[in-house]
Amino acid sequence: MAAPADTLLVRARAALDSVLDPELDEPITDLGFVRSMTVDDGVLTVHLRLPTSFCAPNFAYLMAADAKEALTGLPGAGRVVVELDDHHDSEIVNRGLAADAGYRATFGAEAGDSLDELRAIFRRKAHTAAMERALTLLLRSDPDLTEHDLHRVTVADLPESREKQALLQRRAGLGLGVDGPEPVLVDPAGRPCPADQAAAYVRRARAVRISMDGNAHFCRGLLRTRYPESAADQAPRAGDRPLLPLISEARAS
Amino acid sequence: MYSKDGERYFIVDAHIALWDARPENQRNIHGKQFIDCFYDYHRNLSPETEVWPYEDYLYYGADRLMKDLFEDGYVDHAIFQPALLSAFYTNGFGQTEDAFRLAAQHPDKLTYNHAFDPRHGEDGLVQLRRDAERFGLKGVKLYTAEWYGDSRGWKLDDPWAYRYLDACRELGITNIHIHKGPTIRPLDRDAFDVADVDKVATDFTDLNFIIEHCGLPRLEDFCWIATQEPNVHAGLAVAMPFIHTRPRYFAQIIGELLYWLDEDRIQFSSDYAIWTPKWLIEKFVDFQIPADMTEYAPLTTAQKKKILGLNAAKMYGIEVPAELRLADTPAVA
Repeated sequence: MAAPADTLLVRARAALDSVLDPELDEPITDLGFVRSMTVDDGVLTVHLRLPTSFCAPNFAYLMAADAKEALTGLPGAGRVVVELDDHHDSEIVNRGLAADAGYRATFGAEAGDSLDELRAIFRRKAHTAAMERALTLLLRSDPDLTEHDLHRVTVADLPESREKQALLQRRAGLGLGVDGPEPVLVDPAGRPCPADQAAAYVRRARAVRISMDGNAHFCRGLLRTRYPESAADQAPRAGDRPLLPLISEARAS
Repeated sequence: MYSKDGERYFIVDAHIALWDARPENQRNIHGKQFIDCFYDYHRNLSPETEVWPYEDYLYYGADRLMKDLFEDGYVDHAIFQPALLSAFYTNGFGQTEDAFRLAAQHPDKLTYNHAFDPRHGEDGLVQLRRDAERFGLKGVKLYTAEWYGDSRGWKLDDPWAYRYLDACRELGITNIHIHKGPTIRPLDRDAFDVADVDKVATDFTDLNFIIEHCGLPRLEDFCWIATQEPNVHAGLAVAMPFIHTRPRYFAQIIGELLYWLDEDRIQFSSDYAIWTPKWLIEKFVDFQIPADMTEYAPLTTAQKKKILGLNAAKMYGIEVPAELRLADTPAVA
């Protein structure tokens, strides 16, 4: 039995909250990438939009395929249609999605094996950026702590914050421990940082975080320019402040 | 030349274009998509007063270029870095003949770099030799995401790319500007991956590799490579306009670049006509790292002078008037 359309749309949006842009580590809903959702005669149709026609097609496909997977099987949804709008590869991607062809059949000769490794690279980067945010927050709250001391910081040392929660989620996603004694500063493979490398590790992590933040600024801004109506759909980026809080601000919280 | 507060700055705009994206030159829908993408960058990141009408943006011509750069824009010397995009535009995106003619008329103000595509094989190598002689090439601009036949991109460490770089070495084309774009086969990999830059920089230590928009969206990978390869440089195209929309974020980018590279390997560019140089130069000279960002050292006037012009002048052998040099900078490399 079909659920009422409005109930289904609420569920659909909640399902799409779990679909991330792998490069930005943010839900496609918060980014404003969901252009429309409609239900017509049991068919749930979702249109996606991206900041430019030339966004990398592999990431575009990943998000669209993840969206279809998240929506398929929702109680009340009969058929699910996901379409990517206004992209240079819209035709290829939409044909592949409609046929549930999978990555290799969708892109044919341009596909190799799978997008799993690509996804894994960006999961690791998302963790690295979250690690840097949590550690920089700690640094700013404790003037006696320097970058050279960070190899000693454990999960238990991190003050409760949105940054810590974000880090723990990414750690869990990578299979890293989330208990108190676990060291926070690790390399992309999850190995703890050697004592003499702490500053270098956190500096590299900072470059990852800044790169990711910059991409988010571009993507969000370009989307609003391309689709002015998308501004209303964009949720503020978590941690999108001019800079991590000043020492005084972090202490007060 | 730009002067402010008693300091004078020699300006080299290291990345400019003279393009034609008018509908009559668009080969297909991708020609429109491409210029629309550029125009969105322009509209999104320019101050409101500097935004052009779309029609002007499609084609602006040589006179406007000269005015925007040299009359209004403080630029002393600018370098064409064309993207040809033959799959999208009938007569190419970058206007080779017009730009070269202009550079020939104003050799003191303009340098013409051309492009090559290693997928053109032997024929392309012959063409590169001809182009080197005709244009007097010191540099090339490579766009690795250019479409060609069924291929939608190439990598610098492809065997044919090595043959072209060998030819560059032989022909005295020492400055290799690289724009990494998306769409690389296979699509399994990160399309913006810069590992191929690392490889060629190691194998061609006598060539300079200038990575446009400092590797964004992979700033971290670029910085890491640049620490290990002294012949890798950062072009500031695309990163610059954050100085207006998000100055504190711009501070982090410039802070990272100065931390990982050094002040001799960063080059200013407006990416004209995506943006115009005037406001970028004014804002950069006024710019300072915010005091509370203690992880970065403040920007010095000498660093600004190097970034705005002296670094690129040195790389290209552009004569800098004595009064605009730094005490320790020779006129010509």
